[in-house]
Amino acid sequence: MSKQLIEIKNLSANINGKEILKGINLTVNEGEVHAIMGPNGSGKSTLGYVLAGREGYEVTGGEILYRGKDLVEMAPEERAREGLFLAFQYPVEIPGVNNTYFLRAAYNEQRKHRGEEEMDAVDFLAVVREKMKLLELPDAMMKRSVNEGFSGGEKKRNEIFQMAVLDPKLSILDETDSGLDIDALKIVATGVNRLKSPTNASIVITHYQRLLNYIVPDYVHVLFDGRIIKSGGKELALQLEEKGYDWITGKETVAAR
Amino acid sequence: MTSADQTTNGETAACVTAFESFSKTSGSPDWLKDLRTNGISHFTELGFPKQNQEEWVFTSTKLIQELDFIPALASAGASPDLAPFLFKDLTGPRLVFVDGHLSHGLSELPTLPDGVLITNLASAIETHGDLVKAHLAHYAKTDGSGFSALNTAFIQDGAFVFLPKGRTVDQPIHLIFVATDGDANTINLRNLIVAEENSEAKIIESFCSAGEQAVFTNVVTEIAVAASARVEHCKFQEQNRESFHVATIQAQLERNCHFTSHSISTGSRIARNDINLTMTGEHVECVMNGLYLVGDQQHVDHHTMADHAMPNCDSHEYYHGILGDESRGVFNGKIFVREDAQKTDAKQSSRAILMSDKATLNAKPQLEIYADDVKCTHGATVGQLNNEAIFYCRSRGIDEADARRLLTHAFAGEVIERISIPAVREHLEKIIWDRLEELIED
Ligand SMILES: Nc1ncnc2c1ncn2[C@@H]1O[C@H](COP(=O)(O)OP(=O)(O)OP(=O)(O)O)[C@@H](O)[C@H]1O
Ligand SMILES: [Mg+2]
Repeated sequence: MSKQLIEIKNLSANINGKEILKGINLTVNEGEVHAIMGPNGSGKSTLGYVLAGREGYEVTGGEILYRGKDLVEMAPEERAREGLFLAFQYPVEIPGVNNTYFLRAAYNEQRKHRGEEEMDAVDFLAVVREKMKLLELPDAMMKRSVNEGFSGGEKKRNEIFQMAVLDPKLSILDETDSGLDIDALKIVATGVNRLKSPTNASIVITHYQRLLNYIVPDYVHVLFDGRIIKSGGKELALQLEEKGYDWITGKETVAAR
Repeated sequence: MTSADQTTNGETAACVTAFESFSKTSGSPDWLKDLRTNGISHFTELGFPKQNQEEWVFTSTKLIQELDFIPALASAGASPDLAPFLFKDLTGPRLVFVDGHLSHGLSELPTLPDGVLITNLASAIETHGDLVKAHLAHYAKTDGSGFSALNTAFIQDGAFVFLPKGRTVDQPIHLIFVATDGDANTINLRNLIVAEENSEAKIIESFCSAGEQAVFTNVVTEIAVAASARVEHCKFQEQNRESFHVATIQAQLERNCHFTSHSISTGSRIARNDINLTMTGEHVECVMNGLYLVGDQQHVDHHTMADHAMPNCDSHEYYHGILGDESRGVFNGKIFVREDAQKTDAKQSSRAILMSDKATLNAKPQLEIYADDVKCTHGATVGQLNNEAIFYCRSRGIDEADARRLLTHAFAGEVIERISIPAVREHLEKIIWDRLEELIED
């Protein structure tokens, strides 16, 4: 039996005093891919941020066990060093910080955490080169500041590139497919699939079944109004694509005739 | 005489007395004597700037006035250790001024291209009197402020750089101004840089202290950049934190020339920089790039002006400030676009990070536009580091303190990056990183 990586139990969370997550239950085991779908504003990104430990997101109930530890108690950087990775829906621009330099700083923090020696710039470049090929990233992007002036698609690709270099245990991809053209989508999906192993796992947040043709999920969950209201296999994504969400949420379909 | 004039006389008395003995002893050409006399009479009229004057609202000169005015009229022969102030890998021409006077021993002058002059003003007045006379005090206004008037009254020495038509000085010219502890407490410097058509040079002015005393440096640098010439000017001020530093850079920019001004300010108790660029020809491209980094009770003030007198010129300005402790910053950026200056492209951006609750910045963009077909933008932000960026770093495994360090360095680094001379970038980075560490730890 594969090992449990994260267990989210009855999680509720507030932003600025407003309740957004209202009792989430989700368990992800090693080797699994879980897709989370759901209408705009249902709380998908919030779940990602809560898992990554963003300030201002207050856990008000339930618990999260990550590799047997209480995740809520851990600082964001500790979570990252323990192998949790969030690919942002809106990656942040950091002017003046070189992309390669930034990634090496992050990489070395994680190595230090594991009691390994820091890697110098030359050796790191070798690691980076290999992953750049995987994601077909142009050299020029590595010389620029983190995400600064990157196109929407380039930012997303850069997120997955960081993920490739940092090699996380659990990655949460928040709408990594949005803003990608069809070729970039294939590259990113191929990248994600190649990084997949029996000991890691991912949570893929998306609006489109299209991505799930490439990154095939083991489970699909529907998040609505802060709760997972339906779970199923990959066929659920197809049904959602066809019928929308109303048949599950119970809302009347109001035809715009 | 009104009572206001009476008080002015009180404050200026020490300077006037010093001027009288100075003008008796110096054997100078008449034109220079006239210039100085003009300076002292303007000074007597203007006095030291006061906070009821628009340009000085946020900067008090009281502490400067309280320093008894004892100008360093002659070299005291000090020979301070230059090592901390030299830029590694910078091996070009170097002039060193100790307490306002050229030190031959510390200076280094390799062979220069034909006709290029890199020397001190005092000797240029003797050897190239007509050339100096044709430019000196032709650009900077003597009555610009009490300080520029005072500076003119005491014109004696400083750097003189002359680039004849078409000449390029390949290696950066380093001008070092060191203040030492001595009997005098006031250093007057007058620099003149004349770049004729099509000439090119990079010039660095470093202001530093070899001692710990409060010394007042009053410097005016005039720069004439003729058609199609290219000049990069980098001013770096790291004087001790008791010091007072007042500087004016006045550049006149002619047709098709390129001019870049960098002003990096980390030192002094009070530092005031006036940087004025006047575009007197078309198709000028100029940049004002600045970084100030202060803590304790330091006060740093930049007043800049991009004066678009002619059409089709670009001026781009970027100022970054990092203020810790109880320091105070002032940024005033003027852009004038005169009636004829159509197709002006003027950009100004002023950003500052306050590292402590007690640090303050007064930033004021001041745009006066009289032409209608122009592109002018300005932006000013004051605040803390970007929390989203901090979280982004943390989400990748970098802890909060390191994330702050990374972002602050990057913020300073954006300005340093614009300096084209690697040796200067390297030196400044080191100093700025150390200074930042100090501010972050506090
Ligand atoms: N800082 C905030 N303050 C108050 N409400 C917020 C804040 N951030 C998010 N919300 C609200 O929380 C809810 C969930 O937002 P979230 O970003 O998690 O949705 P999402 O499912 O990711 O939507 P999308 O599909 O559009 O990305 C929304 O109603 C949003 O307006
Ligand atoms: Mg979202």
